[in-house]
Amino acid sequence: MKYQTPSTSKEAAVLIQSEPGQAFVLAGGTDLMVRMKGRFVEPDLLVDIKHISAMQSIKKLATGFRIGAAVSAAEMGENTSLKKTWPGVVESANLIGSDQIQNRCTIAGNLCNASPAADAVPALIAAGAKVNVVGAQRRRTVAVERIITGPGTTSLRKGEVVEAITLPKRPPKSGDAYLRFTPRSEMDIAVVGAGVSLTLDSKMVIKSARVALGAVAPTPLLVPAAAQAIVGTKLNKAALNLLAQACCAACNPIDDKRGTIEFRTEVAGVLAQRAAKMAYQRARGK
Amino acid sequence: MNDYVIPEKLRVVGTTPIRPDGHDKVTGRAKFGDDFHLPGMLHGKVLRSPHAHARIKSIDTSHAETFPGVHAVVTAADFPKISSNVIDAGEAGQIDMQDVADNCIAREKVFYDGHAVAAVAADNAHIAEEAANLIQVDYELLDPVMDVRSAMADNATVLHDNFLPGAFLAPTEKALPNASKLELAMGDVSAGFDEADIIIEREFTTETVHQGYIETHIVTAQWGANGMVTVWTTTQGQFAIRDQLALVLELPMSAITVIPLEIGGGFGGKDSIYIDPLAVVLSKQSGRPVKMVMSRAETLRATGPSSGTYIKARLGVKIDGTLVAAEFHGAYEAGAYSGGPVAPGVSTALTRYNIPNVKIEGYDVLVNKPKVKPYRAPGATPSNFAVETMIDELCRELKLDPVEFRLHNALKTGDRLVLGFPCPEIGGVEILKAVQNHAHYQSDIGGPHRGRGLAYGFWFGAGLPSSADLMVNSDGTVQLCSGSPDMSGTRITLAMQAAEALGIEPNDIFPSVGDTASVGYSFQTVASRTTFATGIAVYQAAQDILAQMAERAALIWQIATDNILIDGGRFVNKTNVQQCFTFKELAGKLVGTGGPIAARALASPEGVGFQITAHLVDLAVDTETGKVDILRYTAFQDAGKAVHPDFVEGQIQGGTVQGIGWALNEEYFYDGAGHLKNTSLLDYRMPTILDVPNIEAVILERPNPGHPYGVRGVGEVPIVPPAAAIANALYDAVGIRMNTLPMTPAKILDKLNSITD
Repeated sequence: MKYQTPSTSKEAAVLIQSEPGQAFVLAGGTDLMVRMKGRFVEPDLLVDIKHISAMQSIKKLATGFRIGAAVSAAEMGENTSLKKTWPGVVESANLIGSDQIQNRCTIAGNLCNASPAADAVPALIAAGAKVNVVGAQRRRTVAVERIITGPGTTSLRKGEVVEAITLPKRPPKSGDAYLRFTPRSEMDIAVVGAGVSLTLDSKMVIKSARVALGAVAPTPLLVPAAAQAIVGTKLNKAALNLLAQACCAACNPIDDKRGTIEFRTEVAGVLAQRAAKMAYQRARGK
Repeated sequence: MNDYVIPEKLRVVGTTPIRPDGHDKVTGRAKFGDDFHLPGMLHGKVLRSPHAHARIKSIDTSHAETFPGVHAVVTAADFPKISSNVIDAGEAGQIDMQDVADNCIAREKVFYDGHAVAAVAADNAHIAEEAANLIQVDYELLDPVMDVRSAMADNATVLHDNFLPGAFLAPTEKALPNASKLELAMGDVSAGFDEADIIIEREFTTETVHQGYIETHIVTAQWGANGMVTVWTTTQGQFAIRDQLALVLELPMSAITVIPLEIGGGFGGKDSIYIDPLAVVLSKQSGRPVKMVMSRAETLRATGPSSGTYIKARLGVKIDGTLVAAEFHGAYEAGAYSGGPVAPGVSTALTRYNIPNVKIEGYDVLVNKPKVKPYRAPGATPSNFAVETMIDELCRELKLDPVEFRLHNALKTGDRLVLGFPCPEIGGVEILKAVQNHAHYQSDIGGPHRGRGLAYGFWFGAGLPSSADLMVNSDGTVQLCSGSPDMSGTRITLAMQAAEALGIEPNDIFPSVGDTASVGYSFQTVASRTTFATGIAVYQAAQDILAQMAERAALIWQIATDNILIDGGRFVNKTNVQQCFTFKELAGKLVGTGGPIAARALASPEGVGFQITAHLVDLAVDTETGKVDILRYTAFQDAGKAVHPDFVEGQIQGGTVQGIGWALNEEYFYDGAGHLKNTSLLDYRMPTILDVPNIEAVILERPNPGHPYGVRGVGEVPIVPPAAAIANALYDAVGIRMNTLPMTPAKILDKLNSITD
């Protein structure tokens, strides 16, 4: 097994593209190392991206925030500006694993690991995040919900590396939230996750919204019908009921050691309602 | 049985000195299993069955043997077919050592997912693992039998054509192709039910759980040039490991020395051999020391679990709240080989109430899961869950206070037990009154979807053989060596008892755990017995030391030994009270008066003080997700005499947390083919620190006359009532009656939906 520490994104992409065997990007390693130890993967090449300067920082730009692919979840939690603008996204990253894990793990890694239960992903989808992808030949920008194609699989082509995740500029009166259900308080994997992001008009009516669910289908889901259920409302009871119904209808979960189909489906609606309420309060500035 | 006169005032017992092993443990210097290394050591890895039930048609080890870096490969063919396999285990009846051997390495069939079939020793663990995976095993698959009811059904697939009925605490008799049975009875049950005004009958199921010790199984073995075997391992009983190794390897017990390292948790699961004989034979074949370390997945797949159960119980009560009759049927998983905890499970099901008419039957049921091992009050948590939730139901039906109901029916000293003898000194009434008088019981619960639950629990504990050596140093300090591995602070609790008896300070005593070549035989650190039983051995050795020292004082003063008064660490000449030695002074004169003094005592005490407890819990239920939040928890327990109250509190808290895990989340999750699907601590969900509140321990002390300082065992009973207490609180909170463990959010939500639909 080879181990490389390129200093640019392009260099990383070229290394991976020219590797005839199995190549993996190493960021925090909190998923990859576990998979290697369990012999689920046996890489021929590890490309460590932690030495690439374009991936190392969180930047506040005119267009929003840019979070480098090698930025740890803990660093996100320490960025007060990011936390204030996107509390739901930061909370989702700070739910992954434990404090020790958060010191290593990255949201880009969480995304590329492509678990249906990834905590950061529903919050990023709800936020309308975009992914900056660097290939050996060209760069492209992809909506975050288009990355994961199934459990453990992504739409990234060989040689493509995520350089950063961007969050759009936030209009006033906006709020987001992410909630997950785990049987344990921490050190657990989401049985259901729900992320909601919304913006209000001057009369506190929801002007736009995005709702995403995790762990209830082979991929994290963007649920437009759930967003439609609350747009144009002040999140009254009827709207919340419709939101829950739309979420439950979108679920296509499995029965496994972590939860049953019935449970995941029912709780998806519950968590979406709670996340919507929390996002709404945040948007109102409360 | 001795009835000791317990001193009213104790000087050392009941205080909280710092444990001598604590500093090294918290700073990482203590040597646990994986900290042990030998020069030239090889590393062993096990190939395990991917199938739950299969016949081994052939094993081809040739690719592993020729793999570079491999030094030895073993299969069951390298182990003796045991000639005298049935051994008498005293009270426990008989044990088939061939089963013990076959559980370590499968002989003709594999009986569970993870059953060892071969092992490899190589230069490092990676090579060993890679080579083990080159071993080709041809299996003929058989239907797996995964729960007690299907194992007991007609036409069930049979695991063993012949088996010795399982024995743990009480013997059983073969009753079905996959099960053996025991029965206990007292009074006339049908007459008792005729007397009853209300009869309820309920069914329960509980899932397989693991002890969850944080340190996995780890062993290093060296086959010496002279045929002497040395084993360094992390275990609850060095003598048990030695004896089992000798029996399965057909070696003299005296040829094996087992050296116990520190132990990172056991809870009953580290009382017997798994990889130990594999390491020994790999060492023999390679001529090098061999270390083997189980992974967490191996530990969950192939060791430890405690039984899943099916229980059906019937209780009859009179309108005034008097329990008059009870029937209890408990089918407990034995795992792949017979001998699970059914006897203690069913025989403690009702023991804490004085019920005149009782009929109990228990089944020890073979299933395709790892051979179950004791787990803290083995078998008692499921049976307590069943009976205590039924008692709660009766209390509500009769509109009786749950404490008053239990007080009315409480087992008292001298009441006849279903096992046929009268109950020794027991403090149940005091425990229940302490609940009533506690601020927790009297507090307002407050808030919606909140509830309070009470459960009452009982456990026997045991005496069994223990040894202790004491040696007096010339500076007046004392070496204490026992055969009991220290899992819970027993070095200090034994040193404290020695200090109390000798009249010196605990920090003048250096306590250690001896290996099998250096200390007398001791049964494992199990059954809440070490501070009690090894404590008695220490006490007896101390009496011997005092007598020998008195003789020396008499020699120095040229008087009869009868004229020496021993008082609080001083030796006084009764005929001339001006003449007096302190313990230290006299210790300095031993060499000149006939040489050093040492004493050994081997005790097998019978005056076991039963353990009785009540747990009170407040919780809140999220009715939309089924999540339970435990708000307040108080555990009341009779310690007899708490030698070191901090460690008694630790035992109560630790056992309760394990019980909470059992209640809410922990379970083995098998797929339809019998593969264990949650082989990590991520998915085998033990509670974390954030899942439990502070557990308040209320320690009561009703002395056990069977111990010189009144000590009872305390370690096991705390795991008995949590599941029932939580289930009763759930009913109080949201009106659902749970009859299955674990009470997961999904099950709670399902039940909530079923009552609101």
